[in-house]
Amino acid sequence: MPHPLHTFKDSLLESRLFLGRSITAMIIAGLLIAALIARLAWLQVVAHEHFRTLSEDNRVKLQPIPPNRGLIYDRNGILLAENLPSFRLEIVPEQVHDMETTLAELGALVEIRDFDRERFHKIRTRMSRFEGVPLRFHLSDEEVARFAVNRHLFPGVDIRAGLSRNYPLGRHSAHAIGYVGRINEDDLTVIDTVNYRGTTHIGKVGVEKTYEDLLHGRVGHQQVETNAQGRILRVLSRQPPHAGSSLYLSLDARLQQATEAAFGDFNGSAVAIDPRSGEVLALVSLPGYDPNPFVNGIDYKDYKALNDDPDQPLFNRALRGQYPPGSTIKPFVALAGLEIGVTSTHTRTYCPGFYRLPGNDRKYRDWKRTGHGMVDLRTAIVESCDVYFYDLARSLGIDRLHDYLAPFGFGDRTGIDILGEQPGILPSSAWKRATKNAPWFPGETLISGIGQGFNLATPLQLAVATATLASYGEFHPPRVVHAIRTPDGTFAPQPAPPVRHIPIQQREHWDQVLAAMIEVVHGARGTARRIGTGIDYQIGGKTGTAQVFGLKQEEEYDAETIAEKLRDHALFIAYAPAHEPHIAVAVVVENGGSGGAVGAPIARQILDRYFEDNPL
Amino acid sequence: MIAEINPGSGTRRSWLQRFHLDGMLLLALLATCAFGLVVLYSATGESQTMMQRQLLRLALAFGAMIVIAQVPPQLLYRWTPWLFGAGVALLAAVLMVGDIGKGAQRWLDLGFVRFQPSEMMKLAMPMMLAWYFADVRLPPGARRLLVAAVLLVIPILLIMRQPDLGTALLIGCAGFFVLFLAGLYWRLLFGLAAAGAACAPILWYFMHDYQRQRVITFLDPEQDPLGAGYHIIQSKIAIGSGGLYGKGWLNGTQSQLEFLPERSTDFIFAVLGEEFGLIGILLLLAVYSVIILRSVYISTQAQDTFTRLLGGSLALTFGVYALVNTGMVTGLLPVVGVPLPLISYGGTSMVTLMIGFGILMSIHTHRKLLTT
Repeated sequence: MPHPLHTFKDSLLESRLFLGRSITAMIIAGLLIAALIARLAWLQVVAHEHFRTLSEDNRVKLQPIPPNRGLIYDRNGILLAENLPSFRLEIVPEQVHDMETTLAELGALVEIRDFDRERFHKIRTRMSRFEGVPLRFHLSDEEVARFAVNRHLFPGVDIRAGLSRNYPLGRHSAHAIGYVGRINEDDLTVIDTVNYRGTTHIGKVGVEKTYEDLLHGRVGHQQVETNAQGRILRVLSRQPPHAGSSLYLSLDARLQQATEAAFGDFNGSAVAIDPRSGEVLALVSLPGYDPNPFVNGIDYKDYKALNDDPDQPLFNRALRGQYPPGSTIKPFVALAGLEIGVTSTHTRTYCPGFYRLPGNDRKYRDWKRTGHGMVDLRTAIVESCDVYFYDLARSLGIDRLHDYLAPFGFGDRTGIDILGEQPGILPSSAWKRATKNAPWFPGETLISGIGQGFNLATPLQLAVATATLASYGEFHPPRVVHAIRTPDGTFAPQPAPPVRHIPIQQREHWDQVLAAMIEVVHGARGTARRIGTGIDYQIGGKTGTAQVFGLKQEEEYDAETIAEKLRDHALFIAYAPAHEPHIAVAVVVENGGSGGAVGAPIARQILDRYFEDNPL
Repeated sequence: MIAEINPGSGTRRSWLQRFHLDGMLLLALLATCAFGLVVLYSATGESQTMMQRQLLRLALAFGAMIVIAQVPPQLLYRWTPWLFGAGVALLAAVLMVGDIGKGAQRWLDLGFVRFQPSEMMKLAMPMMLAWYFADVRLPPGARRLLVAAVLLVIPILLIMRQPDLGTALLIGCAGFFVLFLAGLYWRLLFGLAAAGAACAPILWYFMHDYQRQRVITFLDPEQDPLGAGYHIIQSKIAIGSGGLYGKGWLNGTQSQLEFLPERSTDFIFAVLGEEFGLIGILLLLAVYSVIILRSVYISTQAQDTFTRLLGGSLALTFGVYALVNTGMVTGLLPVVGVPLPLISYGGTSMVTLMIGFGILMSIHTHRKLLTT
């Protein structure tokens, strides 16, 4: 070691200096170690329970197990809504560093359309970064295999097996049973979020929505041990979910399809009801649409096409289509006249082809320009004489007419177990004052008597009113679900809502109106006589024509020259068998022209089909 | 007459003495490394390949230690200025042509080997300052201290520019300990501490965003529990949930289920705390204490200023390593990238540390005794 002579080093002094400093350093180090041990003692002894709990919370997670949704069957056990196993591709955004690159690379393995991306980003904003966000639904087997091979290249991306709602009948059942869709913000405000933990879909329209509580079931839970990536390592405990109940509808899928077929190319609606119970046998609105694309979110372009279609396939005409009932209202007006006592079966009125209110020049025309001559109530119904009903309506007055027709279900929602029905309009002077702030004019009473003017009714209302009339005033609120099967297999009939009875003054009055309706079909001069042949049961019916636009005083109605969109709607109400009705039908054919020529044959086909499947 | 120390008789020299090794230090180091391997096996998720690599590194590190122990301190003394000069030059080179890894410019690619000059400086710094004070009267005068300060600050600034705050801190400590052991006046020491506190806002201004974030996170880890605060929160949960006796080897849920990040490197102490509890930690701290105390003892027995100051600095720097890592993992200090010495997975710092112990052994076994 160098010891240069020019320095004055004192080895002993330096040695002691070093020793002193070393001891100082050791004391400081000792204090620091003591502080560290104090810290450790606090962490591991004093706060041990706290950290042990946190560590358990890290490791053990409570996971919801969504219940399987109940199925929907028709009255004969044909499946209308089922749950199909399907594979979806999910991404946990938290674990993906470069989302755009990942999406681009995934696009090489599975088909990802722009729409899928948009939906993915939309759903993503509603979920936490640690949850799997679906990118694609219904992966094909080939896509599943292709991804599985490359899965290690995509951290945070995985395939999930699940059940997806499917409607096997597609467009044939959409308006009746509706569909489910992904839960959105609006849904979140009304549902029990605890019970819907883990559930992704909810009934949006139709029976799926009305019976959501029954169909959904109750959520289950499992305690699982997960690692930091959220991957489940083992299940610690499990409380299974309660599956939703299955619904048996009163609808008859075969009748439903036969009804649709009977319409041919026409748009419109038909509703068939069992007058004995109010059970809806068929509920058709045409055109229909396929509900399946709505389940996982429909492509915006497809939705726009449906929405902008002038035929309005998404519009449920059976419940929401409000049409002028036209002449189909005449049997009810006739009954009102008889029961209230302003007319009798012997009262005769002369029909010159038009009607005039006293002191007024305005002519209220009959559909038959030459007139019907002397008509009584029976003839007026059978031949659908307008003048007779102008006169009868005037005798009744609008308010008495309103009060008598209201119990048949006109002007108010029928209370069917499908949400969204429209109430129609049954006008009265009070109604006009309240809604239009205007007095009632006598002329308006006349056209109300033939179902025009302010009168509007849905096909469902027409069918219910027909059933009520045919069953001598028994008003059964209509319904589509007639039984429920709980997950353990027990059947429970859905309790029928209470029946309302319309008071009968004289049963004979009803007999006479119903007899006239039979003659509409089976009589030689009946407006629907063309369907009365080649038949082994009796039908009671009434034709109707609803004006789409008003004719001027002297204008001729010529179906051939009028654009199809402006042509009259053809209506027909019917029930059969005439003396012990099992089925009541209302048919509205949009722009069909004549109720007798177009509406009645469709009703006949529905009835034929019904009696073929349900022989008397 | 001067002869080498030879406690036993000349003919019965043990193999420890023949290879210039210190028995107690070697035993403590082996015990620490063995314990470290046990913990690492669990922390790596029982990875065979990682264990093999770590064993290879340990073998390399112990080999380096044994080689250095054979080099007499006089030789080290002679190399010191060259080593330090080369270190500064390489640090400068790293800033100009170095490779960037993990966001910082630390590596120098020499074609056949990637090399981190800041590691070399961990040894070169205390050697240089000890060399500088070797032939002066202690405590050093103002002029000497000024030069020493310049020698200390230049490499530190270069390393901070990379940026590598953790290493800069450790090298600063190594240099400071030489000054401290050389008898730096207490009032100067307190003056510097006061000046340092006053300069803290300026330091804050020069910090990188991620460094500032670390300080913020240290002060309040709960403000971003899933981001910057995640490491320290999970680490505290791991240690705290371990309790007195721990959850048992391979049974730590925080580490085995991967909630604890960096569990085989910087945060391996949390794995130890979770699986072996307070008992296991105290055991490690005890072995560490043996290593530090033995090293300090060796330094006090050194016969000249250079070896004394160098040995003392190496001993205390090791202590800083251990305290900074454990302090950081337990949430007492901000998160700086300092591994747990001799235990964390990783090579470079392990080799540097073991070379340091090689120097200490060399100091102890090359002492000369004046014979009567």
